[in-house]
Amino acid sequence: MKITATRRNFVLGSAAAAGALGLVGPRAFAAEPLKVGFVYVGPIGDFGWTHGHDQGRKAIEAHFGDKVKTTFVENVAEGPDAERVIRQLASSGHGLVFSTSFGFMNPTLRVAKQFPKVKFEHATGYQTAPNLSVYNARFHEGRVVCGTIAGHVTKSGVVGYIGSFPIPEVVMGINAFTLAARKIRPDIKVKVVWANSWYDPGKEGDGAKALVDQGADIMCQHTDSPAPLQVAETRGIHGFGQASDMKAFAPNAQLTAILDVWDGYYIQRTQDVLDDTWKSQSIWWGLKEGMVKMAPYGPAVPENVRQEADAARDGIISGARHPFIGPIKDQKGVLRVAEGEILSEKEIATMDWYVEGVEA
Amino acid sequence: MSAESAVLIMLTVISAATPLLFAALGELVVEKSGVLNLGVEGMMLAGAVSGFAVTVTTGSAVLGILCAAAAGALLSLVFGILTLTLAANQVATGLALTIFGIGLSALVGSGFVGVPVVPLPKLAVPGVSDLPVIGPLLFGHDALIYLSILATAGVGWFLTRTRGGMILRAVGESDESAHSIGFSVIRVRYLAVLFGGAMSGLAGAFMSLSHTPMWAEEMTAGRGWIALALVVFSSWRPGRVLLGAYLFGGVTILQLHAQGAGGLGIPAQVLSMLPYLATIAVLTIIAAGPWRGRLDAPACLGKPFRPST
Repeated sequence: MKITATRRNFVLGSAAAAGALGLVGPRAFAAEPLKVGFVYVGPIGDFGWTHGHDQGRKAIEAHFGDKVKTTFVENVAEGPDAERVIRQLASSGHGLVFSTSFGFMNPTLRVAKQFPKVKFEHATGYQTAPNLSVYNARFHEGRVVCGTIAGHVTKSGVVGYIGSFPIPEVVMGINAFTLAARKIRPDIKVKVVWANSWYDPGKEGDGAKALVDQGADIMCQHTDSPAPLQVAETRGIHGFGQASDMKAFAPNAQLTAILDVWDGYYIQRTQDVLDDTWKSQSIWWGLKEGMVKMAPYGPAVPENVRQEADAARDGIISGARHPFIGPIKDQKGVLRVAEGEILSEKEIATMDWYVEGVEA
Repeated sequence: MSAESAVLIMLTVISAATPLLFAALGELVVEKSGVLNLGVEGMMLAGAVSGFAVTVTTGSAVLGILCAAAAGALLSLVFGILTLTLAANQVATGLALTIFGIGLSALVGSGFVGVPVVPLPKLAVPGVSDLPVIGPLLFGHDALIYLSILATAGVGWFLTRTRGGMILRAVGESDESAHSIGFSVIRVRYLAVLFGGAMSGLAGAFMSLSHTPMWAEEMTAGRGWIALALVVFSSWRPGRVLLGAYLFGGVTILQLHAQGAGGLGIPAQVLSMLPYLATIAVLTIIAAGPWRGRLDAPACLGKPFRPST
């Protein structure tokens, strides 16, 4: 079911919730399905970020069948509108609400305080409450695998990178990629173009064209549409898919893709609510936990490179390799992380500097 | 910068400017007839999704482009019925049309997300297209790009050189006078609105079949609004619409290049503002220069017309 968040629905929803609370109580009937709500920042058809979360929602439905009912609201603007939508979900009998964008953090926190019995899960934030968990994925681990492949495949030594906004999440990805690529080939340069949008296919594609014209033969992106990869395909260079397997758009160009896999986490948290074992937590999962996965390698990745990429992935999973292990120099050549030292989670999560080789 | 990369940059600029040009030309004709249709973005999306869906389903890009124009026109017909026949408020109806177009295109396109399409073929002229610089710049484009240039000339010719254009302008400048000497104001405005819808549809088809050959929800990402601004920028002249679209497209692409080249020490956010700043700057120069006073909008723009008997 899709909810259109209009004032009328909101009023009806509130009335229904008030009735339910006053008369029967939401948990009075064991047979009543648990209602799980999702708040999305983009359209489910973006083939990227929101699409990935919606796959997770569908996985819940497939896994629990009649025991669970899911709803979603898409294209919710970050800000006051989000609070209204989240409150509407909370007040219309939802027992578990996932809000899936960084900008939903404060609205989710406020609504969580008003509805202590409803469980909230917020993606990519850092604020928790007794009934509010946060979860995030270490996408930058996938960038290590990408960087390893790029270091081998590039001929020009110039990598183009379409960024959305210069926030830590994106910066750490650029850095993890660059470090891994320069480990293979130390002269690699990573040129970053900011689209200043998470989703503008036209601009992402134009940025990619600009980078190809400046000599890039590998295209990376931290935006949500397949446009940059599509440019890679038409210009005969290579690149990496973002958030979902984009090989349909770039059968030759896609080397691999970083996949966001929320299914396992969403199913587990829904199960926790059903079992009444849900507890507030803050998790940051990666390749090891399966929240980040790599798509099958494309035809342009030679066998020996596949093995190295596998080794990089396995190293991260086993803990033998860390994306941010010293020595790491910044853009100006100043040593930021000493030999053998590993950046802490907090230092990674607040990263606001670029490693050597990044041109941003 | 080598000549080769300059040519590549120019090609990207042309591609970025073309959807703006189509949509702004259509809206220019609509506004010249005295109607303000703010639904450009919605009609572009309708065109983008129908052009894409029909091309993928039938394999015929020509059919896809025709359907895109038809879809844009169909949506504009809804606008026409509401604002011209029922005399509803044009601003509110136009905004509603955009929101409706976004939702409708997402619904229609839900089965086409992630589906690849063959981009529009480039019409190469044997021998000439291989010439350095001139070849790719003038003779290597797809049909819609040529059509957009022809449409600019065509709209300019129609508005200033034909009787039909004169009637259209008369309707936009003084609907009562045009009505009193026997022209059907509503009929003329319907035709203008339908033309505007079809052009927005073509703009959308160019987005989904050539600029970024794919369908994704809200893929026009605000270009309909830029097109609306370009009409004002152009002070309702087709030639200046062309100039504005290429200027805006050009500065957009150049700022992306500047970023890739290391940003020249300017923050990316400032570079992203450049297209808008450039547009405002040119607008100010036009308004303050010797052309002053010739900026004025069609006198009846946005005013509903109820024929007095």
